[in-house]
Amino acid sequence: MFASLFFGLRAAGIKVGTTEWLALMQALAAGHARSSLETFYELARALLVKREAQYDTYDQVFASVFKNVPMTFAVDDELMKWLENPVLPRDLSDEERAMLAAWDLDRLKDELEKRRREQKERHDGGNRWIGTGGTSPFGHGGQNPTGVRVGGAGGGRSAVQIAESRRFANLRSDRVLGTREMGAALKRLRKLAKTDNQLELDIDATIDKSARDGGDIDLVFAPPRANRVKLLLLVDVGGSMDPHAELCERLFSAAHAAKHFKAFKHYFFHNCVYRRLYTDMFRFSGTQTTDVLKEVDQTWSLVMVGDAWMSPYELTDIGGVIDLADNQRTTGLTWLKRLREKAPSSVWLNPEPKRIWNADSVRMIRDIFPMFELTLDGLGEATDVLRGAKPNVPDTSAERLEMSLADVWSRWR
Amino acid sequence: MQFSGTKGYLVSPALRDVVNVAVSLGRPLLVKGEPGTGKTQLASAIAEGLGLPLIAWNVKSTTKARDGLYVYDTVARLNDARFNDRDIRDIGKYIKLGSLGRALAASERVVLLVDEIDKADLEFPNDLLHELDRMSFTIDETGATITAKHRPIVVVTSNNEKELPDAFLRRCVFHYIAFPDESLMRDIVAVHHPQLEEKLLSQAMASFYWLRKQSDIRKRPSTSELIDWIAALRAGGMSAESIEKELPFLGVLLKREQDVEAAVRALEKKGVRAS
Repeated sequence: MFASLFFGLRAAGIKVGTTEWLALMQALAAGHARSSLETFYELARALLVKREAQYDTYDQVFASVFKNVPMTFAVDDELMKWLENPVLPRDLSDEERAMLAAWDLDRLKDELEKRRREQKERHDGGNRWIGTGGTSPFGHGGQNPTGVRVGGAGGGRSAVQIAESRRFANLRSDRVLGTREMGAALKRLRKLAKTDNQLELDIDATIDKSARDGGDIDLVFAPPRANRVKLLLLVDVGGSMDPHAELCERLFSAAHAAKHFKAFKHYFFHNCVYRRLYTDMFRFSGTQTTDVLKEVDQTWSLVMVGDAWMSPYELTDIGGVIDLADNQRTTGLTWLKRLREKAPSSVWLNPEPKRIWNADSVRMIRDIFPMFELTLDGLGEATDVLRGAKPNVPDTSAERLEMSLADVWSRWR
Repeated sequence: MQFSGTKGYLVSPALRDVVNVAVSLGRPLLVKGEPGTGKTQLASAIAEGLGLPLIAWNVKSTTKARDGLYVYDTVARLNDARFNDRDIRDIGKYIKLGSLGRALAASERVVLLVDEIDKADLEFPNDLLHELDRMSFTIDETGATITAKHRPIVVVTSNNEKELPDAFLRRCVFHYIAFPDESLMRDIVAVHHPQLEEKLLSQAMASFYWLRKQSDIRKRPSTSELIDWIAALRAGGMSAESIEKELPFLGVLLKREQDVEAAVRALEKKGVRAS
């Protein structure tokens, strides 16, 4: 049971480490779960989950693990059983292994045993231990002397029911995000500027401080204020992007409001980048793409936003078909490759959920740019990539096979 | 040592349990939550409830982890040296302990509040790890090592301005304070307004939660605003009926002009007119 909670959480993306896991064991041995699954639910959450964005995932895993467990489930008994034959993760680091060695699971077991014996002996006469409806201040369904309501909001609701109600669904970080959250995510780009951690002599402050100290020269150092992050934002507008207009606007206002970029430029395009980039959403006034390319170098971070959803020939044919007046000799795909070459620190944000990234055009663009969902998680990952982290290069070969089968299927029908 | 809230600070059972777990495991307790859910007050409530002194460390964007331990006031020493009227040989006199330093040096157990840890530099939480793990630090200038006799109870609050580093999170007990539900809110209001007419309370609560549900409102009113609003309603002698229809003293609940406008629009949609 415990092992499946542990592995379930890890499989669901909550990286529970040995530190947390042992802390939970320690807390259980100290009797904090009070043999109740409800308390165990809260306890395990406090010790294993460190971000409210993961509360919802935790709820889902918890519900699925404990779904068929009767409400009288005794956490202690289950813990004892687990300690008899503890299953531990295989992918431990050396550090974690060493920590584990320092821990004595047998000692834990003894402690737990001792406490349980003690509780049994004293439970009848005392008020120290916890039982439902008892006189102790920690019983369920009553008021304790200090006036604190005890017993939980749901009274008789089981932990699984609580978990199943998914109260924290709107705290998830993979849902689509608002301006403030985008601003916070973009702020992470700022780290770029501070990576070398060097201090600069702050002349004004030095003069001021020396004067205050009566002439003793006192050098003041401060982190360099100049931020070197330059951001170029290219956003797809119109057509299939219309449903995402509001989301893109939010990203815009967040980027605009961010004061920490040394330079910030943005242009619009339609479907794919061709000869011209536009300065307004209606694509009236614009500039030559080559001019933009000239300005950009590897010190720039490039963020492309678009659903990457189009017919493949709009990428591969010269001029595409989108704008016939653009009599150009370069394919959209080439333009994208040029952008990527000029600004190697670049990402593509896609407002569509990942599960429907199955068009040929999406695949072709993903071969050029690392692509992320336009969600808090996606934006976070994208920021990391812009800061120099290695993108998780998706293995699209399996997807491709599936895709082509689907293609064949649809055509055949 | 069991924490169960105080007269002026009501805790949900979950938060109460989490506090007790953090205290017994000797791990820092990290609390997050909407503004106005009482993150900062939690530390003083723990101190009051357990009868321990509170040391607060308000983190700012320029705060360095080292400042929390101690500051060596070189300027004062230099100054004293020039006038030659004080003994400057003892560097220890010019060492001033910071909040964390005082918490570790204290002769009794204390509650240490590290408020708004996310305001500081990204590396700040990691710089604290060693001291929080070992509960000791060395003053380089004098070579003295200070080790805590009693592990302080550490409460850390964050407003989510920045992500906290994983290494730091691993060592914490974490709790997200959800916005109080209606029944807990009633208890909280009762602490501040002991003799409140039931009709007024229910209507104020209904309007308050209705306002919080309006998606156009960017800065949603929180607990302290509700308490102020009820005080205003009582002082103004408003009837329960007028609360629903007019939302009087709306400015107490909503501080942004756009939000007030949004609320008025929503009220109109509901079919009643705001005053």
